[in-house]
Amino acid sequence: MRHLLPWREPVPPDGTMGEPRARGRFGEYGGRYAPESLVEACREVDEAFREAWVDPGFRGALARLLAVHAGRPTPLTPAGRLSEALGVQLYLKREDLTHTGSHKINNVLGQALLATRMGRRRLIAETGAGQHGVATATAAALLGLEATVFMGERDIERQALNVFRMRMLGAEVIPVTTGSRTLKDATSEAMRHWVGATGDSHYCIGSVVGPDPYPWMVREFQRVIGDEARGQCAAELPTGVPDYVVACVGGGSNAAGTFAGFADTPARLVGVEAEGGAGAARGRLGVLHGCRSLFLQDDDGQITEAQSLAAGLDYPGVGPEHAHLRDLGRARYVTVTDDEAIGAAVRLARTEGILPALESAHALAWVIRAADTGDLPAGSTVLMTLSGRGDKDVSTLKELL
Amino acid sequence: MTNPTLAAGAVERHLRARRDTGHGLLMPYVTGGITPGWTDYLRAFAAAGADAIEVGLPFSDPTLDGVTIQQASGTALARGASTRRILADLSGMPDVGVPLVVSTYYNLVLHDGPEAFCAALRRAGVGGLIVPDLPVHEADELTDVAAAAEIELALLASPATPQPRLAEISCRSRGFVYAVSVMGTTGERAALAASAAELTERVRRVTDRPVLLGFGISTPDQAREARRHADGVVVGAAVMRRVLDGAGPDDLRAFLATLRQALDQECDRPR
Repeated sequence: MRHLLPWREPVPPDGTMGEPRARGRFGEYGGRYAPESLVEACREVDEAFREAWVDPGFRGALARLLAVHAGRPTPLTPAGRLSEALGVQLYLKREDLTHTGSHKINNVLGQALLATRMGRRRLIAETGAGQHGVATATAAALLGLEATVFMGERDIERQALNVFRMRMLGAEVIPVTTGSRTLKDATSEAMRHWVGATGDSHYCIGSVVGPDPYPWMVREFQRVIGDEARGQCAAELPTGVPDYVVACVGGGSNAAGTFAGFADTPARLVGVEAEGGAGAARGRLGVLHGCRSLFLQDDDGQITEAQSLAAGLDYPGVGPEHAHLRDLGRARYVTVTDDEAIGAAVRLARTEGILPALESAHALAWVIRAADTGDLPAGSTVLMTLSGRGDKDVSTLKELL
Repeated sequence: MTNPTLAAGAVERHLRARRDTGHGLLMPYVTGGITPGWTDYLRAFAAAGADAIEVGLPFSDPTLDGVTIQQASGTALARGASTRRILADLSGMPDVGVPLVVSTYYNLVLHDGPEAFCAALRRAGVGGLIVPDLPVHEADELTDVAAAAEIELALLASPATPQPRLAEISCRSRGFVYAVSVMGTTGERAALAASAAELTERVRRVTDRPVLLGFGISTPDQAREARRHADGVVVGAAVMRRVLDGAGPDDLRAFLATLRQALDQECDRPR
């Protein structure tokens, strides 16, 4: 017997996760807080994206790339043994099975195709875990573009394999030595570099952050996760729509793409952040990297360093639409610790034969905890996006286990 | 529309008055809290002939700054600099005789809220404000609040700014228009970019407000060349590199005096 009615939330108002309001706003968040030198470049990206997104030619070309190069659609995998142990029905949306091994490729193929349409010859990117960098290097190689990837020195040490992959693919990887030497500083450096390169380069932001139109555009390029999953759930789940939709949140791109497919359903949306990088759960209103959102800050208004074993969650803020979804109560944001994520990664490996990225393991850790504590009612159906595969984290895990 | 001349605040009136005598304007920059006696630099700047002084409130993530100002911000923050402490330092010093203009990123303005932030600037004797990541289309939240506190919010114009937008920036900017000479970050450069002259000329077409050129101006020759196009210059990285290398207020006074002399010579040149 399932006891779901008390847990239901109202279906959200029309327009949730649609086009942002004027000036790129999601509620009070978003906007285009870019240096004046970048405002025109942002406007050009906005104009190009709006034209492309309603152009069947562009949509068709992207759909084909996603199919023949990225390997879409990705399957929906029932996690049978784990589900039985947890007492819930857990389904995994397998973004780890895409070419390059994470959901990042969806957005990058979209932006790379857009860049070629805009006549740009080079992609600039920032990367934390390296997955967005690898995806950018891959798309650039595929479309004959150059790629310059900024990566914090600390992440370069943690993700040596991905750095090598990027270089193999022909990308230039530039170490960032400022600040915490992680994703936040790589993002700052990529923006600085873009200021001097707007004429021939497109800044390929890897998450739903940055100045308008990036949060919206990246969510739309990632919407394919949610749209596919919605159709798969309709076909495979007895209820048609899952009771819970769960995804990990750093900047929040895989979560935004997943949530977008279910925003107009009664499914409860849960974003899972790292304990040390909980922008949505513990951030304060601020402006960073071009948008107004929630950021971890000290008492003087300085942005503080996020701490997570998962380099992709090591960002001190969250995309503006997540901040808005939080305010609306449409999505709930929770945190898990490094230890819980490691435990979840091992458990998925041993019950389902899937080693998840440590980022995705955060989402799973919450599912496990919530099932144990009753936060997830017994018998619930849960869709969880497995945003990437764990190969990149093997050396990190090897040191810890 | 308000007549920009009548609406001019103290900073703009001061800069206009000096400009109108044919004087080339010099606005050196210092990162607040960079050294224990950092306010001594302000006195040295004024003694060297600065017409206004830009004081940077350091931010952890300065996305429009090159390596020198980034390093200066990091050094100041590591020393415990904060908006509150820097403004307290300014409040505790005698008037240096020229307007003080604070520059910082918008997160620090939002932290206490625009109203409290501007009131704190006013109490510290600051007259102007530059926020490089607050472009004109996002500035509504701050402009009226700043005006009410008698803080002149100077807006930036860039070589990439289209002409209609440049007109809006020039109209809404207070104190002066900060013309960014080059598509790039702050930092010393070998030569003044060609875009500097073109941008200044375009700003001049839409306003007679003082126009200061910044980003990359680091030598007397560059200051002289900049003066041919603009009303004056902002010099940041060239100052801060010297400070980071250990130069004291007297050294900076000597350096700025060379820029002052170059600007004065350019003014005296037959036109």
